[in-house]
Amino acid sequence: MIAIVNYDTGNIRSVTNALGRIGCTDWVYTDDKHTLATADKVILPGVGEASTAMAKLAERGLDTFIPTLTQPVLGICVGTQLMCQSSEEGNAECMGIFRTKVKKFLEQPMTPPDFSIFNSQFSIFKVPHMGWNQITNLRSPLFKDIEEGAYIYYVHSYYPELCADTIATTHYINPFSGALGRDNFFGTQFHPEKSGAVGAQILKNFLEL
Amino acid sequence: MVAKRIIPCLDVKDGRTVKGINFEGLRDVGDAVALGSKYAREGADELVYLDISATQEGRNTFTHLVSRIAAEIDIPFTVGGGISTIDDASRLLDAGADKISINSAAIRRPELIDEIASKYGSQFVVIAIDARLADGQWLATTHGGKRNTDKELFAWAHEAQERGAGELLFTSMNHDGTRQGYPCDTFARLAEHLCIPIIASGGAGSIDDIADVLTHGRADAALAASIFHYGEIPIPVLKQALNERGIAVRR
Repeated sequence: MIAIVNYDTGNIRSVTNALGRIGCTDWVYTDDKHTLATADKVILPGVGEASTAMAKLAERGLDTFIPTLTQPVLGICVGTQLMCQSSEEGNAECMGIFRTKVKKFLEQPMTPPDFSIFNSQFSIFKVPHMGWNQITNLRSPLFKDIEEGAYIYYVHSYYPELCADTIATTHYINPFSGALGRDNFFGTQFHPEKSGAVGAQILKNFLEL
Repeated sequence: MVAKRIIPCLDVKDGRTVKGINFEGLRDVGDAVALGSKYAREGADELVYLDISATQEGRNTFTHLVSRIAAEIDIPFTVGGGISTIDDASRLLDAGADKISINSAAIRRPELIDEIASKYGSQFVVIAIDARLADGQWLATTHGGKRNTDKELFAWAHEAQERGAGELLFTSMNHDGTRQGYPCDTFARLAEHLCIPIIASGGAGSIDDIADVLTHGRADAALAASIFHYGEIPIPVLKQALNERGIAVRR
């Protein structure tokens, strides 16, 4: 059974739909510690603002409980950010599972000198970072059968910095942790549930850990 | 780097798509979920579903359809058509839409953009503008180009961005349906003027048109309908051709 952590951050439909598409219907949406502790796998979804989300985890005592889990745990987007040490969004102190900090992208207006010589490297870096980008330096069983440079879908304005726990790197304005892993904990800054066949494979890999 | 996006647009009336031919392996082209899945499998980066139903019943059918799309399709999708209140937006979000696009309702009441963006975030709000060039000026229209307004394109696009729209979907009514290409200079000026991503719509007739708007037009995404629905340019062929021209696309 998969437990999806309920800490009142809204819509989990895209995650449960994605699980359904890979044949997993055995999930519960819960904030009950016993259920979380005994589930085969735990998913920490996340939308919204980091400090508010952290406060909601803390209200339920889950901020200190989640780091004690021993089965595979997967954070998604803001869920992953909450597993880092801190976030610049609302100056949140986070759970400190991954040894890195979450920073805000600084918008980089880059004006190509001459539009007539088009070069696909030219682009204005807009924030949020939204759309399909690549993951490289893949080093985790989470990326079994995933090719270097595979495209996955991102929507975010804050990013986890590179660190010893980085298991996938993406470049946008600067290189950052597209995914993190430490012991039984995993987290993706991208949205595997919206990332087509690649995302489905990553979720499948997680379920098979 | 972020890939340029290719976005097929499906018009839906009373729960069924209204254009298209029967592709091999797809018996019912009217089935909006099946057609969307086919495009997703072929490499579409996003989908746009526009509800063109005129009745309340049609609208309700559309909401139901949106939940089916969300269950089946594993790439982001935007829904538009007839969204005029925050409740409409909430209903579609709950059904599983990743983004909504608003057009006429935002022209009538621009605060709608602020309301939806502050509740659900800018990434959820696409401002769609259908504008027509006349006497050297681009003016927004409503009701599929039938009604003129006094909203000047660049000013209105900028206002929408400031109010919280996260993306602009711009259609030139002078080019829509002509298959003569997009107005690339206007798109490039929009890109200079705005900091949100721009989706180019209306006018694609060839691979060159799409390549042009993504390069000279500096658009972040190209949306098209008939070239996909009538099987003229299969998505894998389009992506291969764009890739060969040095344009970053997801493959």
